[in-house]
Amino acid sequence: MSRRARVATFMALALVVLCGVTAYAVASAVRYHRTHDRPPTVATVTDDAAVDAMSEPRILFRHTGIDERYGRVAVVSLVDPGGARAFTPVSCDRVYATSEVESCLRTERGVVTEYSLTEYDDRWHQLQQVPVPGIPSRTRLSPDGSLVATTTFVSGHSYMQVGFSTATEIRDVDGDSHGDLEKFDLVLLGRHVVPRDRNVWGVTFGPDDNTFYATVGTGGETYLVRGDLRARTLTSVADDVECPSLSPDGTRIAFKQASRRDGRTWWTPAVLDLAHGRRTVLSGETRDVDDQIEWLDRDTVLYGVGREDEPGVSDVWELDTSSDARPRLLIEQAWSPAVVR
Amino acid sequence: MASAVVTLGFVSMVTDISSESVAAILPLYLTGVLGLSTISYGFVDALYHGVSALVRIGGGWAADRGGHPKWVALLGYGTSAVARVFLLFSTGLSAIATVVAVDRVGKGLRTAPRDAMIADASADADRGRAFGVHRALDTTGAAIGPLMAFAVLWWIPDGYLTVMVISLGFALLGVALLGLLVPDRSASAPRPARRPATWREVARPALVKLLTLAGVLGLLTVGDGFIYLALLDRGGFAAHWFPLLYVGTNLAYLSLAVPFGRLADRVGKGKVLVAAHVALLGSYLTAAFAWWVTLATALALLLLGMFYAASDGVIAALASRLSADHVRASSIAAAQTVVAVARMASSAVFGVLWFLLGPQAALVAVGAALLLVLPIAFTAASSLDREPTPAP
Repeated sequence: MSRRARVATFMALALVVLCGVTAYAVASAVRYHRTHDRPPTVATVTDDAAVDAMSEPRILFRHTGIDERYGRVAVVSLVDPGGARAFTPVSCDRVYATSEVESCLRTERGVVTEYSLTEYDDRWHQLQQVPVPGIPSRTRLSPDGSLVATTTFVSGHSYMQVGFSTATEIRDVDGDSHGDLEKFDLVLLGRHVVPRDRNVWGVTFGPDDNTFYATVGTGGETYLVRGDLRARTLTSVADDVECPSLSPDGTRIAFKQASRRDGRTWWTPAVLDLAHGRRTVLSGETRDVDDQIEWLDRDTVLYGVGREDEPGVSDVWELDTSSDARPRLLIEQAWSPAVVR
Repeated sequence: MASAVVTLGFVSMVTDISSESVAAILPLYLTGVLGLSTISYGFVDALYHGVSALVRIGGGWAADRGGHPKWVALLGYGTSAVARVFLLFSTGLSAIATVVAVDRVGKGLRTAPRDAMIADASADADRGRAFGVHRALDTTGAAIGPLMAFAVLWWIPDGYLTVMVISLGFALLGVALLGLLVPDRSASAPRPARRPATWREVARPALVKLLTLAGVLGLLTVGDGFIYLALLDRGGFAAHWFPLLYVGTNLAYLSLAVPFGRLADRVGKGKVLVAAHVALLGSYLTAAFAWWVTLATALALLLLGMFYAASDGVIAALASRLSADHVRASSIAAAQTVVAVARMASSAVFGVLWFLLGPQAALVAVGAALLLVLPIAFTAASSLDREPTPAP
């Protein structure tokens, strides 16, 4: 082939590739905008009703229906969680709420993609927005809404460093950070340790604005630690506990328990009695549950499960904390539930 | 500048757009769409690096033995393009990990033959600049890839598959560009009758000296990931821009690659290679003593970019200079493998230091060791610059 023929062949090929790729991209954009322009398929109420919904006991969550409201924070009444939802003006990847404050982790899309934590008051006025270093994973508020915790995945950004670590910090709402929890003094099984591979994730707060619980991972093991914010210490109280969630009466921890299945990690909801150390694995739930569990009431927990056949869509399920209970669908097309009493 | 060098630069540019666009969105895709959380996710990085290093040696060897570096490079680029096709159908973590591994095999295979082609297409006095041009284009691709990927996700929020299709398109363009428009042998420099390559000829004393130098310096080279984490540790500006720090490094790298390549041609490639590590030392100290985090972050990225600009292409040019024509790809592969393995070991050791001493003290410790080694390295490098080019 002469040089000229080669150049012509390359040009023709480049044109084919360019047209093919462009056609594919435009088709996916059209498909995306078609599916995300339609109204929700679930029952909704008007946005005015959201204001009323925000004043009674409620569940806030991220709406995950593939429609024009995808990613919006929605509210249902606690007395009728399966009923019509009201949409708030805010979109979040992860959301948590108390009666006065909402915390919202968000991916700020753009040519420059960043991640943020935004704190809102109960009228969705922004209190503060701060950057977080990685992909949103968990957020929790202390019961009185004065402290906020965030966990994000800090990822490598080249082929040479594929892999994750977590960044977890506690902040004063509308105030400053208490710093990365990895820098707190760590006491595992009664001994001060400084492992180089430690990761901290999944904070849950006690009622006193000082005590909290979290998971510490190191050396392939995970530990439930009790944190003391003022003393800046983390002390292990149990092992094999991930993403703890303290019950409203402060006596039990709901969490996800890891096991191996088909060569990968599989998480099952479980409950730990803090006083007696008794743990109940809720094996009535047979699916893999990767969420920080939320308490609906004394005997029921909530969590999100992604739909297998519909990427991006998930539902919130409720599960009784007796060992053989079966999960029931509570809120469809929902993720990241927060119960506000 | 030989047109083959520029064309190879464009091959690398579109290939880097292809690989870096996917690499940038992979974490979001794995967590957001596949719903994997951090701990379930255990890429065996060291294994892949090991495989990649072995393949790299193999690629250089095959290029020399067969005498057709282009076909070995084409096999490498082709392997990565095929991996992109499979990526479109991979849904599980293990499938994606396999595809990434295959992609790395392709990368390992193609690097040394391609660098040998760049060396073949240019005279020794001009090679620093030739590699500089190539690395500048290559890094331009690495800078464009992630930005393009995020722009697509901005336009189509669930468009991960679209990014992968675009990535495949760029990979195919790279293969076609290499296959159709890069000549196998430089027409201007016809080779003497081919002699079979042997390891004895690769391991000439001068090259062994270079490998030793590169190995020692590599052992004191902390990955830029650690520098970014040290800056993140200081909070503020670095935390806000963390996902973008590597773009800053790449911008400095691509704009300085050609000037530093020319400098290497003028003052000596060995000297510039060692001087690169002075910039590296500067980046350690800047990250360690970041009093004014915004300025320190910008300065550390600039210094890191300078380090890559003055080392990555320059070491390939130097290895080319110290090797006979018929073992050139093997010699370049040997130098690059030594650097990769030494840096891997360095990262493992530095990880331990980081948690024993903390980021600041660990960086200062490695920096101090580097400072001690630099004068000796400079003497050794100067003598390498005086080495005569081996007879073909």
